[in-house]
Amino acid sequence: ALCTAPLRAEMADDELNINGDTPIVTKAPAADFLKGHLDEVYSGWLFRTDSSRAMEQDDFDNPIMVFGEQGMDNWNVADGSEGKSCADCHGDIEEGMKGVRAKMPHLNAKGELWSMENYINDCRTERMGAEAWGWDSGPMKNMTVAIAVQSRGMPVNVKIDGDAAPFWEKGKEMYYTRYGQLELSCASCHEENYGNYIRADHLSQGQLTGFPVYRLKNAGVVSIHNRFKGCIRDTRAETFKPGSQEFRNLELYVASRGTGLEIEGGGVRP
Amino acid sequence: MKRHVALAAVAATFAATAAFAETAPMDVKFTDIGEVTTSLTGQPGDPSKGAEIASTKSLGNCVSCHVVSALDASFQGNVGPELNGAADRWSEAQLRGIVIDAKHTFEGTVMPGMYKTGPFIRPGDGYTGKAAPADLPPILNGQQVEDVVAFLMTLKEE
Ligand code: HEC
Ligand code: HEC
Ligand code: HEC
Repeated sequence: ALCTAPLRAEMADDELNINGDTPIVTKAPAADFLKGHLDEVYSGWLFRTDSSRAMEQDDFDNPIMVFGEQGMDNWNVADGSEGKSCADCHGDIEEGMKGVRAKMPHLNAKGELWSMENYINDCRTERMGAEAWGWDSGPMKNMTVAIAVQSRGMPVNVKIDGDAAPFWEKGKEMYYTRYGQLELSCASCHEENYGNYIRADHLSQGQLTGFPVYRLKNAGVVSIHNRFKGCIRDTRAETFKPGSQEFRNLELYVASRGTGLEIEGGGVRP
Repeated sequence: MKRHVALAAVAATFAATAAFAETAPMDVKFTDIGEVTTSLTGQPGDPSKGAEIASTKSLGNCVSCHVVSALDASFQGNVGPELNGAADRWSEAQLRGIVIDAKHTFEGTVMPGMYKTGPFIRPGDGYTGKAAPADLPPILNGQQVEDVVAFLMTLKEE
C-alpha cells in the first residue's frame, strides 16, 4: 500500500556491536536481483523494541547463549557406534565451523540442497553411527546456535547460481505465492509492508541473519523452518514441514535476499 | 447447522422468504468497479455486532490491519488505511464489495476476501496449519458481512 511508505522510517536508528567487539552490518544496499522490489535490506533486529535490541548487544543478557553453550559442550561429546565427537573431525568449533552459517543452505556433493540440520544429521548417522536429531529438537537447536555464533560478523555468502539456480528459482516462486484463505505471500508482509504494524507485530523484512533466534514468547530457540511454518500457518494455509524440500528451497531464496547483511545469530525476538 | 435447518424450514413454508435466502460466496455478483449492490441476506445489518466482528481475531480481524478510532481494540495495525470516515468515501454497495472480496476494488490488494471459499492455494483449517475441510466456510457468513457493512456505514466524519 503506497500510503504507508513514510512509516517505513519506523525502524531503530541503532548500531549492533555484540559485546562491544563484533560490529554487525544490519543495513545494506539490496542485491541487484531485488531491483524494483527493495532498495535496501535490513536486519530484523532494527524492527525490535529498545529492550529486545539491547539483549542482543551483550551475550550476558542474551538468553540464547545458554542454549549455545549446551551445543558447545555437546561438540566434544563422543556419540554413536563410532565413538566419535564433532571435534574429532572438525577440530575446535571456532575454526571448523567458521563461516558455515553464512553459506547455508548449499548443495552437497550429490547435488541436493541441504540446510545446516541436514549436514549435522548426515554426520551423526553416516559418520558417527548415532541417531539423527529431530529438526526442532533441543540438541539440534543447541548445536545450530553454537555453529551460527562462529559466523557472527561474516557476510551472507549463499551460492545461487550454477546448480543452485533451479532451487533458488523454486524458492523465489514460493516467496511470491499467495497462500491460504487469507491469500498472503511472504512478500505481502515482508516486502510490501515491512515497517508497518500488523496488530501488535512490527513487520520486518523477514531476513535470516538473526537465526536461530530466541523468542521471548516461547522462551526458547526457534529454527528458520519453524518460523516459516508459523508464517504460512498464519495465512490460514496448510503449512509445510520443517526440513521439507520446499522449506529448503525457500531458505535459500530468503537467505539470498539478505546479501549484504552480516550474520548476527542467535538473535532475540519478542 | 441449526440455523440452516431453520432457514430451510422458513423457505419451505413461505415461498416469498426464499427470495432472501443467503447468496452463496460463488454466486456473488460484482459490478465493474467492485460493488455488490444487493444485501447477501435481505436482513439489515447490526452495526454493534459488526463492530465486534471487526475487532475479533477469529472473525473479521479488521483492526489487525486498520486503525478504527470508533473501536476500543488495542494495537490497531496500519497495513491498510485508517477506516475513519469510510462511509464518507464509499457507498454501501462499494463497502459490501470490499468486505466480500476487496480484490475486485483494489487489484492485487493484500486485504483478504471475507466472503470467499476459493480457489485458494493450500487452504488451511483456520490457523491450525492443517489442510482445510472440503467445505471450507468463508471467514464471515453472509449476515456477519452485512453487520460489518452496517458498522462501516456509521463511520462518518463529515
Ligand atoms: C567422522 C568425521 C565427522 C564427524 C564425527 C562429524 N563430522 Fe561433520 N562433516 C564431516 C565431513 C567429512 C564433512 C563434509 C561433508 C561434505 O562436504 O559433504 C562434514 C560436514 C559438516 C557440516 C557442513 C559444513 C559445511 O561447510 O557446509 C556441518 C555443519 C557439520 N559437519 C557438523 C557436524 C557436527 C555438529 C558433528 C557432531 C554432531 C559432526 N559434524 C561430526 C565429518 C565429520
Ligand atoms: C500475515 C503476515 C505474514 C506473512 C504472510 C509472512 N510473515 Fe513472516 N513474519 C510475520 C510477523 C508478524 C513476523 C514477526 C515480526 C517480524 O520480524 O516481521 C514475521 C517474522 C518472520 C521472520 C523472522 C525475522 C526475524 O528477524 O526474526 C522470518 C524469517 C519470516 N517472517 C519469513 C517469512 C516467509 C519466508 C514468509 C512466507 C512463506 C512469511 N514470513 C510470511 C508475518 C508474516
Ligand atoms: C491483511 C490486511 C487487511 C485486513 C485483515 C483487512 N484489510 Fe481492509 N484493506 C487492507 C488494505 C491494504 C487496504 C487498501 C487497499 C489497497 O490499496 O490495497 C484495505 C482497504 C480497505 C477499505 C477501503 C479503505 C479506504 O477508505 O480507502 C475498507 C473499507 C476496508 N479495507 C475494510 C476492512 C474491513 C471491514 C476488514 C475486516 C472485515 C478489513 N478491511 C480487513 C488490508 C486489510
